[in-house]
Amino acid sequence: MKRKQLVLIGNGMAGVRCIEEILKIDRDLFEITIFGSEPYPNYNRILLSTVLQGDTSIDDITMNDWEWYEKNNIHLFVGETVVKIDKEQQLVFTDKGRVAEYDELIIATGSKPFILPIPGSDKQGVTAFRDIKDCEMLMEYAKKYKKAVVIGGGLLGLEAARGLLNLGMEVNVVHIWEHLMERQLDPTASKLLQREMEKQGMKFLLQKETAEIIGDDRVEGLRFKDGTEIAADLVVMAVGIRPNVELARQSGIAVNRGIIVNDYLETSVPHIYAVGECAEHRGIVYGLVAPLYEQGKVLAEKLCGIKGRTYTGSVVSTQLKVSGVDVFSAGEFMDQEGTSSIKVYDEFRGIYKKVVIRDEKMIGAVLFGDTSDGRKLLDMIQKNENISESFQVSFFRPSSNQSNKSMTAEMADNEVVCGCNGVTKGTICKAIVEKGLKTVEQVRDCTNASRSCGGCKGLVAELLEYTIGEEFDRSVEKETICSCTTLSREEVIEEIKSKNLKYVKEVMNVLGWKNEEGCSKCRPALNYYLSMLYPTEYQDEYESRFVNERLHANIQADGTYSVVPRMYGGVTTAEQLRKIADVAEKYNVPMIKLTGGQRIDLLGIKKEDLPKVWAELDMPSGYAYAKALRTVKTCVGKQFCRFGTQDSTQLGIDLEKKLERLNTPHKVKMAVSACPRNCAESGIKDVGIVGVDGGWEIYVGGNGGTHLRAGDLLCTVQTEEEVIEITGAFLQYYRESANYLERTSKWVERVGLERIREVIFDVDNRKQLLVRLEEALVAAKDPWKEIVENKEIQEKLFRDLKVPVNH
Amino acid sequence: MARIEVGALHHLPKRIGKCVKIGHMELALFRLSNDHVYAVENRCPHRGGDLSQGIVSGEFLFCPLHDWKICMRDGNVQAPDRGCVKTYKVEIENEKIYVQL
Repeated sequence: MKRKQLVLIGNGMAGVRCIEEILKIDRDLFEITIFGSEPYPNYNRILLSTVLQGDTSIDDITMNDWEWYEKNNIHLFVGETVVKIDKEQQLVFTDKGRVAEYDELIIATGSKPFILPIPGSDKQGVTAFRDIKDCEMLMEYAKKYKKAVVIGGGLLGLEAARGLLNLGMEVNVVHIWEHLMERQLDPTASKLLQREMEKQGMKFLLQKETAEIIGDDRVEGLRFKDGTEIAADLVVMAVGIRPNVELARQSGIAVNRGIIVNDYLETSVPHIYAVGECAEHRGIVYGLVAPLYEQGKVLAEKLCGIKGRTYTGSVVSTQLKVSGVDVFSAGEFMDQEGTSSIKVYDEFRGIYKKVVIRDEKMIGAVLFGDTSDGRKLLDMIQKNENISESFQVSFFRPSSNQSNKSMTAEMADNEVVCGCNGVTKGTICKAIVEKGLKTVEQVRDCTNASRSCGGCKGLVAELLEYTIGEEFDRSVEKETICSCTTLSREEVIEEIKSKNLKYVKEVMNVLGWKNEEGCSKCRPALNYYLSMLYPTEYQDEYESRFVNERLHANIQADGTYSVVPRMYGGVTTAEQLRKIADVAEKYNVPMIKLTGGQRIDLLGIKKEDLPKVWAELDMPSGYAYAKALRTVKTCVGKQFCRFGTQDSTQLGIDLEKKLERLNTPHKVKMAVSACPRNCAESGIKDVGIVGVDGGWEIYVGGNGGTHLRAGDLLCTVQTEEEVIEITGAFLQYYRESANYLERTSKWVERVGLERIREVIFDVDNRKQLLVRLEEALVAAKDPWKEIVENKEIQEKLFRDLKVPVNH
Repeated sequence: MARIEVGALHHLPKRIGKCVKIGHMELALFRLSNDHVYAVENRCPHRGGDLSQGIVSGEFLFCPLHDWKICMRDGNVQAPDRGCVKTYKVEIENEKIYVQL
């Protein structure tokens, strides 16, 4: 297959980062060519000032060395500038006469330093501070000359000035405004900064506008608009940068201040994209690194055909890189109409902190002297979170030892409680108070906390307790199936049995569901309960199944699916591997991955290809997508292992063959190890078997996921038959009494190990459990085979409608 | 504006979405229990999820990736999430489905 030609113009941080992201997604998609005007591999431009300040060397700031380009088969042409783009023929032309074809073209030409259009700006000794060449020149100059003037009191100017100071020069910083770094700091912070820099030996000429650079061939000084002059034998212009858009403009690409791009970083011309400082997105040209990286990532996904994120802009923050001065700034940091702010000004320690608030949301912050809260604040600004009432200024830190409050009380308001959805303590507490929330479920519906993995439910409950005190009573909190009903699982199951309800719709209808057709929580739950109660007669309802269990494959972030064929006990054969390899090649499977459960996962398969892939694999479904028995992981066992006391592999295979396709309230993972070294990790499985001399230990309720938990020893038995019997009874009891989506780890804790033992060790009871288990197992058919043989289902569930475009 | 025939009504099962590809464009087409047919842009505003594979309940659908709840009628994402998907007008004539693009 011929690879597509990808050309990158500009060998800098933004463009090369995008290439890295592309390589991460798919190394083989593109033949990549990069043109860079500078004669170096990609380096970290931001760190040039630290090179000048003597903290690092030029070698240290190289981000991708020559070898990286070679290793990734990238054609790199440095010291070569693209001078023309032919967008019709899709060609680029360089100043060395080279012509390159492209299928996709990325423009990442960055920016150019702005040189003041004043007389004398072309004299020797006048330079910008933008690239390695400038940096090397400044270091050379510092050896020969004494007096430096930096025009521009912004970030770059101050960093350059500090560098020249370190190189032993006298430095004057000329700034047109009254305050330094006025685009990042408010007047108070700016004054503190000036004071600190003056202490370091820098001199400032504020509110001075340069009119002319004087001297013969070489610079000798500056004259200002007010008529005053200053001597100089080196002038550094650091008055700003301009997006480098000439090439794009000449090539007919829409350009405003920067090259105009949409949320996919597409320019006005098809197959041409722009990222980095040269791009203008929603009217903003970014000159800082974080946004450029975000753009690179979005563009990489776009180019690799992943239906991924869009770029919607960034909240930027800056940090001045001058040793001994800590400055941080983010967002809208100036007080204006409609904003209020919280300020801490500690003149004694030279610390100033300010956050700006509008509509109860933090929109900006400035920190001077102590920037340790910078990240946290930026996070809060980016998330646009409400600032809670308890975000207060205090003179004394609360000392932790005198408090006996719970951990939740000690948590900072901006600390994240729900990591999946990024919900903080502050947000949760505010919602509890303002909306009068009383249950974990209400908090979930209102704030998203605990909505994804549910790992933070306990913390949310504690926060409820902490916020509303005695009003929150865990015991009265009845767990309903979802907010469509006020009934609990037990009540629903009782009703289904007593009224002999047979369909999801019937259950909702008869039991007075608030939403006629339920929701994504109760429908799959009811579908499970019905199939558990009526294993032989209940017809699985596709429309009440989550996509994975409807299509019998795992949906991935980009809308493709993954396929895991069954390999009993994690044992495979050369023949199976050959078949899998053939299928993977035929369907261009982008990734083949070994799973934690000792299986082979084929990732990135299109929905429409699934039935064909299954047919050609001709292996049973591995159920990697299902709330069902997933895998039985095994160690090598005594057949080969010198420590093995039992044949764990064979028992694993037998268990898996016995229990495969068994639907359960949530996924069930099992393992069999042949000795207590536990190479199959039996201690953290729903059912984990460990071989000991003369018998087997059965552990239950282990979990290696969100609710990390070591399994409890249920019992020790002597024979493989007993293992299979006890495991079967345990799973059937779990099927009958657990809430849908309740893992065994939670269920064992809720029901109690003693109760479980009582039920399954009672001989009569166990027999009945096993009879019902058998019914469920007999009714289960291999879903892949069923679909492969049923054209109608393929049509209904797997086929897209394709409409030819002919208008 | 273009009116495009995307298929026959009997090809569209109730409460099971269909992904419709029109050139590079992707729509998610749904036939509700009451036989109303809705078409929305097949892209969840959250992480770009394939909405056509979501669970359908009344006039709402749930994105298969992170369970965002979206109203098919007006495209609005339901609280606590926020956002909107594009909706398209659907007409049924002689058992054929037409979408206004």
